[in-house]
Amino acid sequence: MSNVAKTLKGPLKSPRLAFCKLSLRRSLLPFAFPNINEKCLLPTKRFQVRSFSQSRFVKTSELTNNLKKIQSLEREVEEVDVCIVGAGPAGLGAAIRIKQAAAKIGKEIRVIVLEKAAEPGNHSVSGAVIQPTALDELIPDWRNEPPRHCTPVSSDTMKFLIPGMQFPIPVPPVLSNKGNYIMSLAELTKWLAAKAEELDVELYPSFAASEVLYNEDGSVRGVATNDFGIDSKGLQKDNFERGMAFHAPITLFAEGARGSLSKSVIQRFDLQKDSEPQTYGLGIKEVWRVPDENFRNGEVAHTLGWPLRNDTYGGGFMYQFGDNYVSVGLVVGLDYPNPYVSPASEFQRMKQNPFFAKVLKGGTCLEYAARSLNEGGYQSIPKLVFPGGALIGCSAGFVNVAKIKGTHTAMKSGMVAADAIVKAFNTDDVGKTLTINDYEENLKNSFVFKELYSVRNVRPSFHAFPFLGNYGGMIYSALDSYLLKGKVPWTFSHKKSDAAVTAKASSYKPIDYPKPDNVLSFDTPTSVARSGTMHAENQPCHLFDTRPNDRQDAYRLYKGVENRFCPAGVYEYVDDETLPTGKRFVINSQNCVHCKTCDIKDPLQGIKWKTPQGGDGPKQTLT
Amino acid sequence: MSKLRVLVGVKRTLDYMLKPRINPAKTGVDLTGQKMSINPFCDIAVEEAIRIKEAHKDRVEDTLVVTAGPSASEQILRQSLAKGIQRASLIDVGDKELEPLSVAKLLKATVEKEKSNLVILGKQAIDDDAHQTGGMLAAMLGWPQFTSASKVAFEGENVIVTREIDGGAETLSSPLPAVITTDLRLNVPRFANLAKVMKARKAPLGKSTPEELGVAIKNRLQTLSVEEPVSKRQNIMVKNVDEFVKTLKELKAL
Repeated sequence: MSNVAKTLKGPLKSPRLAFCKLSLRRSLLPFAFPNINEKCLLPTKRFQVRSFSQSRFVKTSELTNNLKKIQSLEREVEEVDVCIVGAGPAGLGAAIRIKQAAAKIGKEIRVIVLEKAAEPGNHSVSGAVIQPTALDELIPDWRNEPPRHCTPVSSDTMKFLIPGMQFPIPVPPVLSNKGNYIMSLAELTKWLAAKAEELDVELYPSFAASEVLYNEDGSVRGVATNDFGIDSKGLQKDNFERGMAFHAPITLFAEGARGSLSKSVIQRFDLQKDSEPQTYGLGIKEVWRVPDENFRNGEVAHTLGWPLRNDTYGGGFMYQFGDNYVSVGLVVGLDYPNPYVSPASEFQRMKQNPFFAKVLKGGTCLEYAARSLNEGGYQSIPKLVFPGGALIGCSAGFVNVAKIKGTHTAMKSGMVAADAIVKAFNTDDVGKTLTINDYEENLKNSFVFKELYSVRNVRPSFHAFPFLGNYGGMIYSALDSYLLKGKVPWTFSHKKSDAAVTAKASSYKPIDYPKPDNVLSFDTPTSVARSGTMHAENQPCHLFDTRPNDRQDAYRLYKGVENRFCPAGVYEYVDDETLPTGKRFVINSQNCVHCKTCDIKDPLQGIKWKTPQGGDGPKQTLT
Repeated sequence: MSKLRVLVGVKRTLDYMLKPRINPAKTGVDLTGQKMSINPFCDIAVEEAIRIKEAHKDRVEDTLVVTAGPSASEQILRQSLAKGIQRASLIDVGDKELEPLSVAKLLKATVEKEKSNLVILGKQAIDDDAHQTGGMLAAMLGWPQFTSASKVAFEGENVIVTREIDGGAETLSSPLPAVITTDLRLNVPRFANLAKVMKARKAPLGKSTPEELGVAIKNRLQTLSVEEPVSKRQNIMVKNVDEFVKTLKELKAL
């Protein structure tokens, strides 16, 4: 019975399930077998069951066994000096800084950067208004040849929306964007990648780091890229290629928010022990090209209020930059309790407000993207350094939510880590494993921690005051921004993780979202097509449901929350009369836009996001 | 048996997963910042060349992949090297747009320079869908051509190719030299192994220009305008034949 207690967590601690030991056995397996009718299991051998219902899915056990055989194959090993997982602002900032600093002391340091996207920037999503602090330090003359579409901010607006109207509200000092630039993060990343290649950084896009490798003493040895050419049954295809292993004294994890390897490393070294759980928001955006008469170059606008309710944190944004491009989006805090909320649908209907509609009228929607972002701030920063590795950028979580900016802190964290690494390499012998404690110390003394400390109470104030919800947060944030500036003896807490906050569907009514009109608002398949996302056919599903048997109960409690929090329509409950609730949980992993919301918001915390084959996923260029 | 010197011509096009966008001036596809990749049919051609090399190790003397384009095209050449092609060469034309006839001329000059006796090309490029380069090249060289190949085999001095045609499949054979253009069913391209990608990163590439090859690039076509295809189909429901005829007359179809 102790197995029962371990696998039943949260709201499903129901004694009713305890009798079905068979289903518990299944839930110990790491892969999905969604077609099971729990009551009709006939175990033939240990871990192998036959289902009565029609199934075109792979037998979980078969997949597991086949993958195990592949795991035992040898990998080619490459020894490098520094291995960086993720070519985003943090990863590339670190790579560039290492090469710059190494050149100064006349040392050769071999840096490898692995990136799962087909090209650096393809998976980069942000608003984005960039504060150039870190960029000025890294490449002081960047303004001579800036990234494509880079536009200095010309004006700041803030609006409060109600259905059909908007009211201006004062822009708090923390959100003043004087001296900042509107850029496409994808373009900035591409630009940084070009700079890194000039400095002889070995950048390998289309190769996803999928496994962390460890030494016998438990320190991080390096990472391995994933295998190509495995079919959905786990067998090798004709074009099978075993992944490659990279061994390095130091590995930097720069995967962005809720990175898959970062998550495993945080769990393994218990890095979140002394911090609060990380909380997240989901940002969904589109990039439009609008007619000249609607376009106001350099205008930055943020909105609060409609369509989000008082218990759901979030706000919209609209940035106008480049060649008549408008970046419009909505960030929704994932700590919303109502399981009927669908952030993607909220975003689509937000565009109907005249404030957005006026600008987008007559325009063409070019791209669609979604990505989760850190909102935990100062309270949720984990321990950053562990033997053989470190977390940089959003893998740790340095987003300044009050400013709505995280690129400058991510880049700075990469640069501080780089300095610590080069300092260590400057000594006589680096040894097999490097622990860069200097990185954590120096970062604490830099503007990153100071900034995050001063705004630490802003985000949690939105659920700190009972009954006041967002209004309480807005009042406190105004107070904090104009007067207190964080110099107070108290620190609000995040209390629970985003998944744990989800309330039962019975406490709420379903939300009737308007149908997409295909002019301003669009349905999910159209939006997903605009992200350019593609996953090679016939590969194991990269989204693992470790609790497939609890989905029936999850449906009873939350009425399909998984379908709503995913902005790409990956998770569905399709009709199936053979199941108790009449619904079957289906995962359409080919739609995935790599936002990682499922890993964060699944109330069962059963869905594990892992990297698909390298090169798969969205191909964004303007986001 | 004569040695095989294989030449593969490849083209760099917009990635096949991306939806093309028309530029605001409506004169062409907006390619700024978009991911460019090897044309899928050309990828199949590269794969076939590697398979021929692996199957006939003693007979294949040289495999060479060539592309005509801007310097950024080096990326697809290095990818092909990583997959197993021995040599690569870039014909640098800068930003000039190339028409199939120009490409055929450049390839002819390269074939003569490299003394290739088997040319494998993709049947068409996914940006212009012209389907012309292979045929033009074969005609200029005076070689037999096997277009839309779905199977390639060798027997003695002959090459035997099964082609996809409207009625089904057609098998032809001829002695070398020959031009083969690939269709989708020929093979499934392999993934480049990371270790080989790392080696290909520093590999030397042959470089040449149209002038060195003695080819003058002249574009004969002028694009007047590019528009999106009509996406909304008008569905008009009619109740009977009389109304049907009336509607057709209104739409000036009768």
